[in-house]
Amino acid sequence: MAEQVTEARSASASPTTKSSGSASADKIFAGLAYGAGGLILLVLAFVAIFLVTESLPALAPKVFSNVDSIKSAENFWVYVMPLIGGTLMASAIAILLATPVAVGIALFISHYAPRKLATPIGYVIDLLAAIPSVVFGAWGMITLSSAMVPIYGWLHDNLGFIPFFAGSPSTTGRTLLTSGVVLAVMILPIITSLCREIFLQTPKLHEEAALALGATQWEMVKMTVFPFARAGIISSIMLGLGRALGETMAVTLVLSGGVFSLSLISSGNQTIPSEIALNFPEAFGMRQSELIAAGLMLFVITLVVNMIARWIVSRHKEFSGAN
Amino acid sequence: MAKRIDAVDLNVYYGSFLAVEGVNIRIEPRAVTAFIGPSGCGKTTFLRTINRMHEVLPGAYAEGQMLLDGENIYGPGVDPVRIRAEVGMVFQRPNPFPTMSIRENVLAGYKLNGTRLSKSDADAIVEKSLRGANLWNEVKDRLDKPGSGLSGGQQQRLCIARTVAVEPSVILMDEPCSALDPISTLAVEDLINELKADYTVVIVTHNMQQAARVADKTAFFNIQGTGKPGKLIEYAETSTIFQNPENEQTLNYVSGRFG
Repeated sequence: MAEQVTEARSASASPTTKSSGSASADKIFAGLAYGAGGLILLVLAFVAIFLVTESLPALAPKVFSNVDSIKSAENFWVYVMPLIGGTLMASAIAILLATPVAVGIALFISHYAPRKLATPIGYVIDLLAAIPSVVFGAWGMITLSSAMVPIYGWLHDNLGFIPFFAGSPSTTGRTLLTSGVVLAVMILPIITSLCREIFLQTPKLHEEAALALGATQWEMVKMTVFPFARAGIISSIMLGLGRALGETMAVTLVLSGGVFSLSLISSGNQTIPSEIALNFPEAFGMRQSELIAAGLMLFVITLVVNMIARWIVSRHKEFSGAN
Repeated sequence: MAKRIDAVDLNVYYGSFLAVEGVNIRIEPRAVTAFIGPSGCGKTTFLRTINRMHEVLPGAYAEGQMLLDGENIYGPGVDPVRIRAEVGMVFQRPNPFPTMSIRENVLAGYKLNGTRLSKSDADAIVEKSLRGANLWNEVKDRLDKPGSGLSGGQQQRLCIARTVAVEPSVILMDEPCSALDPISTLAVEDLINELKADYTVVIVTHNMQQAARVADKTAFFNIQGTGKPGKLIEYAETSTIFQNPENEQTLNYVSGRFG
């Protein structure tokens, strides 16, 4: 990125016929762009510094706070691993449920629905994004969880041999799976609207090339729309995943938390944001450090997830159509 | 393999707007037929009705008959997908699939019609098609590189290779050289001359010299004014159209006195 910036600067500096007014305006804009770019790095750095310094007592209690162990467990990793597990499982459920539906809706809006239908559906999806998470949480807690109870019974009876559906099904339905479903509904509009925008940008030229070769509508989509939108779909999933990983309120309301277990249908499990939200108000000293350190772990997970996404996107750069 | 095309009283609409009216034309197999005329006269619109690409646009449809060796492609129960597989098309701007390699681009049509090819068959088709498009020598060492990395003229020849790979009966070309430099244009024109040995070639062009160079027969389309439908004005041997046209509009257009 830095190379492009210098390139652009040297290109803008070379024409000598330009008036000095436009040159100084150019400098101001370049300065603003640099400033904005720098600011985001600065903010990120401060967040990272805050998280690390505040977590140190929990990460290495012997060194930084002169005690043998942290408050909630024998060491930090024993404490945080179940939380990481819960967070990842809830987010994975959300992504697995939301992605196919979102891509399907986006494709319907962009390539299948008649215009009269596509526009209202698009509005409804955008409206879904405007609903506050606490409302989703309340809905999940009151309506969805009780509706899920018979489904959990069925899953347990028929698929109980899979560890995810083992264990006694929750009688309230306030489980990690219910949380995952609520999260899926919440991230659906993000993935849908991004995918829709990207699908619409597929060059008409390429779509017609496929159709003219004798492709059906679906073959045309497979041949041109999906490959073209590949990077964008991954990015939209990552944005959705980012929200699912960090979602606090909905999970806090829906999930009746507990110890980690692979079972998604019995009560138990906890996610990092929900754990922090539930305990932070009364936490002080070591307990506070534990929670902040858990937050640091979430930060790292999000960073790693994004790096993996970037790597996936860049792997096929040559064939992306950007050249 | 090459098929004759007959349009009978063909009207083409965009929604309620009549874009091209009453076209009757017989396009001969194993020959190059050029459509010329001013912008907006409906020559591209008419071309796109020959492989039913016209109706891809919302609200667009055609009336009348378009016969491909006697079979009306607008008859009831005719699948436009089958027609498009049989009538290949090359577009104004080169459009190789950017996510596919050169080789995959050539084989795209086979991938679509579900033909299972052995590696040696596929190799043979790739080489034959690229040779047919005069591109083989330039790309044979980088068949696995993306098609979008080629120059504009090479990309257009790749698109022609992709079209001829599935051995269609007709090849439609919509101003295939308008985005190309003169040298690439020459390469594509040479190619068009070779293609007519096996195919029915129909080409839309804005370049009258090009029509004179490549076409056996030429059709002149014109429009009376904005909002009026385009019509086929005159259709004859290319030499007649350019040297001795019957219609005054044709004469004005080909002699540069138009508009």
